[in-house]
Amino acid sequence: MHGLINKAVETFFWHTYGAERWQRVVTTAELGFSEFEAMLIYDDEQSERLLEVVCAEIGRPRNEVLEDLGTFLVSHPMLEPLRRLLRFGGVTYVDFLNSLDDLPDRVRLAVSDLHLPQLELQEHMQGLFSLVCDPDMPGFANVLVGVLRAMADDYGALVMIDHRRRRDGSELITIALIETSYAEGRTFELGAGTG
Amino acid sequence: MTQSDNLAAMLDIMCPMSISVDQDGRIRRVGPTLQKLRPDEPMPGRLLLDFFEIRRPRNNSNLARVLTQPGERLDLRFLDAPRTELKGVVAPSPDGEGAVINLSFGISVLDAVRDYSLTSADFPVTDLTIEMLYLVEAKSAAMEASRKLNLRLRGAMIAAEEQAFTDTLTGLRNRRALDVMVQRLIDSRTRFSLMQLDLDFFKQVNDTLGHAAGDHVLQCIAEIMHEETRESDIIARVGGDEFVIVLNGLVEKHRLSMIARKLISRISKPIPYGGAKCRVSASIGTVRAPETGFVDIDLILHQADLALYAAKRSGRATHVFYSSDMDDRQAPMGAPVRPARVELDRPARRKRS
Repeated sequence: MHGLINKAVETFFWHTYGAERWQRVVTTAELGFSEFEAMLIYDDEQSERLLEVVCAEIGRPRNEVLEDLGTFLVSHPMLEPLRRLLRFGGVTYVDFLNSLDDLPDRVRLAVSDLHLPQLELQEHMQGLFSLVCDPDMPGFANVLVGVLRAMADDYGALVMIDHRRRRDGSELITIALIETSYAEGRTFELGAGTG
Repeated sequence: MTQSDNLAAMLDIMCPMSISVDQDGRIRRVGPTLQKLRPDEPMPGRLLLDFFEIRRPRNNSNLARVLTQPGERLDLRFLDAPRTELKGVVAPSPDGEGAVINLSFGISVLDAVRDYSLTSADFPVTDLTIEMLYLVEAKSAAMEASRKLNLRLRGAMIAAEEQAFTDTLTGLRNRRALDVMVQRLIDSRTRFSLMQLDLDFFKQVNDTLGHAAGDHVLQCIAEIMHEETRESDIIARVGGDEFVIVLNGLVEKHRLSMIARKLISRISKPIPYGGAKCRVSASIGTVRAPETGFVDIDLILHQADLALYAAKRSGRATHVFYSSDMDDRQAPMGAPVRPARVELDRPARRKRS
């Protein structure tokens, strides 16, 4: 698993539950180091063990933990660059949803060896979308749900999001857009990140 | 709607940074994004040259001719600040009256987007500007992650080197570090002196008060040596109770004597440990670089050893300078050494401890 993904779990846990508990996770998971490097590649098995230990440490089911991770990635001030990259998806939340099809390719533009599952968005009727997520990275859809919720807040949109696994193993996320400008979203200046 | 209105509407969508001019260079129409760059000065009706200087072609006296050349390159720059540069391509109007110039930011896009607070709505989706901005930010983020990794690796490397060069008990340099640093001084032809310092009675401390006491004494003495020398000097622990001090650029006998005496006098003061007092003292042999400088590290250490040996033999808590007549009195390893007449460097009144 790419270091960035492991690093995301680490950063999320560290900031949410503290350094002391992170040390405990590191010891229990027998990582042999206390910090992931974002630009290195790690064994999938190691990442799997990390997640198991994290969930056990905080006593919460995996899907909830991963969803919180997704929300954290978009909303924590330290990760502002990531939020900005997602906001490049478009001016409105619907634009953003439509840009998700391109997300794996966009990610590869930035980090060529980071492969995310393919996503496909469909609009069934006004304001009702489904997002199909390829099954090749278990748990990714959970993280995505957290990201989608947090990005809705970011755009100031009011949404209801539902998620289930389909028979073929792929994941189906449904997004019901109730109001596009429910609250004032956060600002996004296109040129703010290049100075 | 006239045909030219239709064309204008098309251009506004597909080329929002285009500008239409008549054959005299008077602006007939301007795309919404281009107008956004000067929101308070409506461009239509005014001359192209009221707003822009022509950067290319260089000889701009012939604007009228350029406007008749399909595909001609026409680079512009705003006359007033922000003096954004724009790249352009000319397409003569189908009606034969003037031309359309399609403009783009080129490489100045990063500044322009910030200067004019442009949004993705200002660019048609076919324009790669947004992708380019995205890429710039994504690359910066990825570079930042790589840079952090590099910094950490460098930190780890320095720590590893430090460790390999450091005596973990006292934090002083070790023998390996000493060799490297002295060799460096020799190579750079720096003059320096080298003191070999040996503790007296250290074994008794270890034997009677235990190793923890011994360790404590070593740490205190390391501290004393730090305090009595300069930042640029090198202090190394080269054996259980043996130390070497390299005094960088210092060969004056007088000053060296003062340092040695100060060291001996401070080290000879009892060191409290728990309820007990640890008493040790020190013997020092010093070798000074000759006029020609040192040539060989082994020879220097050997000479310092000879001086130290002489100091030990003439009673403890003594400082002796190396002199060449010690060489021939050198005894084979383990053999009893013939007492040498040595130049004692002893303070007139030394406090015994």
